[in-house]
Amino acid sequence: MTNSFDELAEAECIFAIGSNTTIAHPIVSSRLFRCRKNGGTLIVVDPRKTEISRSADIHVQHRLGTDVALINGLMHIIHKNGWHNQEFIQERTEGFEELIATVEAYTPDRVAEITGVDTETLARVAKIYAQSQTSAIIYCLGITQHTTAVDNVKSLANLSMLCGQIGRPSTGVNPLRGQNNVQGACDMGGLPNVYPGYQAVTVPENRKKFENAWGRELPPNVGLTIMEMMGGCLDGKIKGMVILGENPVMSDPDSRHVKEALLSTEFFMAIDIFPTPTTAVAHLVLPAASFVEVDGTFTNSERRVQRVRKVIDPMAGKTNWQIIQELSTLLDYPMHYESAEEIFNEMASLTPSFAGISYPRLNEKGICWPCPNPDHPGSPILHVGKFTRGRGLFHAIEFKPPAEAPDDEYPFWMTTGTERAHYLTATMTRRCIHLDREMPELATDLNPADAKKMNIRDGDTVRVTSRRGTLLSKVWVTDRVKPGVVFMPLHFEEAAANLLTNPAMDPISKTPEYKVCAVRVEKVD
Amino acid sequence: MECKWVQTTCPYCACGCGLILLAIDGEIVDTLPSRTSPTNKGTLCIKGWNVHEFVQHKDRLKKPLIRNGGSFRETSWDEALGYAARELRRIRDTYGPDAIGILTSARCTNEENYILQKFSRATLGTNNVDHCARL
Ligand code: SF4
Repeated sequence: MTNSFDELAEAECIFAIGSNTTIAHPIVSSRLFRCRKNGGTLIVVDPRKTEISRSADIHVQHRLGTDVALINGLMHIIHKNGWHNQEFIQERTEGFEELIATVEAYTPDRVAEITGVDTETLARVAKIYAQSQTSAIIYCLGITQHTTAVDNVKSLANLSMLCGQIGRPSTGVNPLRGQNNVQGACDMGGLPNVYPGYQAVTVPENRKKFENAWGRELPPNVGLTIMEMMGGCLDGKIKGMVILGENPVMSDPDSRHVKEALLSTEFFMAIDIFPTPTTAVAHLVLPAASFVEVDGTFTNSERRVQRVRKVIDPMAGKTNWQIIQELSTLLDYPMHYESAEEIFNEMASLTPSFAGISYPRLNEKGICWPCPNPDHPGSPILHVGKFTRGRGLFHAIEFKPPAEAPDDEYPFWMTTGTERAHYLTATMTRRCIHLDREMPELATDLNPADAKKMNIRDGDTVRVTSRRGTLLSKVWVTDRVKPGVVFMPLHFEEAAANLLTNPAMDPISKTPEYKVCAVRVEKVD
Repeated sequence: MECKWVQTTCPYCACGCGLILLAIDGEIVDTLPSRTSPTNKGTLCIKGWNVHEFVQHKDRLKKPLIRNGGSFRETSWDEALGYAARELRRIRDTYGPDAIGILTSARCTNEENYILQKFSRATLGTNNVDHCARL
C-alpha cells in the first residue's frame, strides 16, 4: 500500500475495486465504515453484490473483466470536464499526452456498453473521485487475478496520478494483499528476479554485494516463476521441487496440471504443518513449525513489519529456519544462525529499505518500511513529493476482454473468491470447529432469474463444468450475482473450484485468471 | 501450572492484527486482541478470535514422512535431511542447479523466506525461487 490503514478512515472518498473487504480484510473494512461515518463517500466497484457494496454510497456493478475499460472511461470524463490536476501532472509525471490520446476513444457511451454501467453513474463516480480533497483507491484479488492484472493495476495508478490523489495522507493506490505475509515474501526476495528489497539480480553491483556477503558466486540469470516451474516439471526441465508452507495443488488454477507437474519430478519435498493435497504427492514431507512456535516478523499490507513471538516449542522439534540451515550445511554451505533475530539483522544489513529496522525497535507498533536508518520513524506514506522512479509514468492502456468468454456450450461466467469463515484453501480454518460449522460445504451462487429458468431451487445440487473439469455443488440462489454469472468459493478440498478455473496468465505478472472463466451449469436429480 | 501471555501477529490475512495468546502448561487455550496494536486497536475478526484452535490440532505433522510406494512411513530427522540433501545434490550435479525450483511462502515469516531464498541462490545456485502469491 502507498498509505496506511488508519488514513482510510479520514479520506473524503474511497474507491474500493475488486475487494470483498468485509470478508477478506475485516479489520480494514472497519476503516471504510468509519470513513462513511466521518462524512466520506464510499464507492465500491465489484461485479458481485457483496456486504461492503451494500453499505456503499455507490455500487458500480460492472461486467467481469472490464476494469480497464471502466477506468479509462472515468479518466475520459475527468479529462473532458477539466477535473484533472494539471499542476500535479506537470510537476510530477510524464506520458500524459499518450494517456489522453488513448482514453479519448473511451466515450461514456462506449464504456457503458462494454461494462454495463450507465453513463450517469460513470459521471458521478468520476466527479467524486477527482474532486474530493482526498481520494484513496483500495484493491484486492478482484483486480489482480486476471489475464490483464498488470494493466488493471497500472490503470488505477493512472487514475490516481491524473487527479493528484497520491503522495498525500488518505490518498494513494492501496493493494490489500491476499495472504498474511505476501508483502514479506516479496520483500525478502521470494521472487525469481530480485534479491531482498527488490534489488534486481541482473544488476552486477547488486550481485557483487550479495556474493560478498554470502561468500558464494551467484547466478546472473533471472529464474523461473511458479507457473513456469510447473511447466518445467512437465517438460522434464525441472527435476526437483521444494515447497514451504503452500498448497499449490489446491490453490493453483487448473489444479490437476499442478499435481501432474509435481508427480513428474524426481524429487519433491514439501514442508508443511498439516497434510494437504500437495504433501500427498511429495517424496518427502517435513513437519513445519507454525507461527506460535517461532520468533520472527510478518509484514502486513501497509508495509508494517511486526513481531511474531514464540509461545510454545516447535511441535516437531525444529523451526523452519533450522531445517533449511541443517540442509544447507549438509550441502556444503554451512549456516550458523542462532536465532531468527540474527537472520533478520543479516537481511537488514543487505537491504537499504530495512536498514533502520531491528527487533528492539519493533515492540508493539511495528515499523513501515522504507526505514533507511535507526533514527528514521518509518514511512506510512509512499511517493511524497516525488515518485520512487522520479517522475510518475502514465501508461496508455487499451481494454482487452478476458481470455475466456461464455459461448453456447459454456454459457455462464464463473468467478471465484473467499467466504467469511475460511481462509484460502482452508487448511487451517477448516480445522477450527467454530469456523467449519459456519460453512461446512461448497455452495455456488446463482441468480434467482437463472435458477427459475433452469428450475433449480436453493439447496439443490448442480454439476458445474468448464473446459478443464467438472464438479458437483450445492446452489445458493441469491442476487449477489447478476444473471448469467455464478460465484464459487475456493475453500473446499473435496470440490476444488480450481479444477474449473482458467490457467491463462497475465503476460507480465504471470497471475492466472482466477476471476473469470466460462462454465455450464446443469441440475442433478 | 505455567501460564503465559505472548503478544504476536495474526497469521491469516494481511491486516496483520496484533494478538495475545494464552498458553497454560504448553497448551494454547485462548486468544485476545491487542489494544496497543495500531492495526486492530483491541478488535479481531472471527478468524482471529479462533486462531488458537488450529495450532495444536491433532492432525499436525510431527515426524518427517518418506514416500514408500503408495503410502508414507515415519522417519527420523537425520534420515529425512540426509535423503533430501542426497537427492538435491544428485539433481544439481546431474542436471545443473536450474533443474531445481523453490517456492517460499507467503504464510511464513520474513526470516524463513529470507533463509530459503538464500538457500536457493547461494546453497543450490539457482534463481528459480518464487512464492504462491501470484495465485
Ligand atoms: S484477526 Fe481477522 S482481520 Fe485481523 S489479521 Fe487475523 S484474519 Fe485478518
